[in-house]
Amino acid sequence: MAIVFKKPHALTDAPFHYCPGCTHGIIHRLVAEAIDELGCEGNAIGVAPVGCAVMAYDYFACDMVEAAHGRAPAIATGLKRTFPENVIFTYQGDGDLASIGMAETVHAAARNENITVIFVNNAIYGMTGGQMAPTSLPGQITQTSPYGRDVNTVGYPIKVSEMLSTLDGPEFIQRVAVNNVKNVLAAKKAIKKAFQNQIEGKGFSLVEVVSSCPTNWGLTPQKALEWVEEKMIPYYPLGVYKDRSAKKEEK
Amino acid sequence: MAKVTFDSDLCKGCGLCVDACPKGIIAIAKGKINKKGHSPAEITDQEKCIGCAFCATMCPDCVITVEK
Repeated sequence: MAIVFKKPHALTDAPFHYCPGCTHGIIHRLVAEAIDELGCEGNAIGVAPVGCAVMAYDYFACDMVEAAHGRAPAIATGLKRTFPENVIFTYQGDGDLASIGMAETVHAAARNENITVIFVNNAIYGMTGGQMAPTSLPGQITQTSPYGRDVNTVGYPIKVSEMLSTLDGPEFIQRVAVNNVKNVLAAKKAIKKAFQNQIEGKGFSLVEVVSSCPTNWGLTPQKALEWVEEKMIPYYPLGVYKDRSAKKEEK
Repeated sequence: MAKVTFDSDLCKGCGLCVDACPKGIIAIAKGKINKKGHSPAEITDQEKCIGCAFCATMCPDCVITVEK
């Protein structure tokens, strides 16, 4: 019998600290599988965020750097310009990338820095205990919006993929989800493409992964994935928002 | 025949594999408790396994190894 599925080599043996049913584990694995398949574990450098994935440096077997909150794209810019031969990726949550790190993200995209950004959107601040995030849905109940997010006072959620795709800079923007097997496989393809783009020197590639947070949503892992399907995906439609190379080929 | 093995000590018993299995042959072992204090998932009928690896695809903790 041959092994058809096992833990990827680019993940260490450290057990994940994430809550039961947290999809961070799936996304970590997809990133590690992409690194394995592209054979770049030896020269990959990851940039860990602040948030639930703050300890990602323990889990990825490649070199890792810990960034200040939201500054991962800035650190990745420096790393890529210093080590152009290495594969540089950031792994960030929505509180990190879409809130405090918005400026770094937008400008890295506008400069078309040749880096890969994995953006995990679970519509809440996970690590700090479930406060409202820039991506929390209208009406969503969180610790800081106990009556539901009121768009009249705190505004509307930020759709990062749509927003960044209006810039001329970025090479590749796609939104995927990890709520079922089909979407996980599509997410894997997108993440691999984002790494491949960097190796081919194409430029800024961002994959937004619509994810779940069972603990802070107050749902079971199964119900949380249903919530992703019913509430998150209609608000954050999946798909390729920008793919400059594909457009060029069409022409 | 396919074979699925669970690294039970790493399992957090979230049950995402239970839902993903098209044959319905994975269950949470209610009577057992692992090192982490969770009831781990286990396979109830190895013979029926088709080795699709859907369980492993959905597992957030890389607990599952699939052989075929």
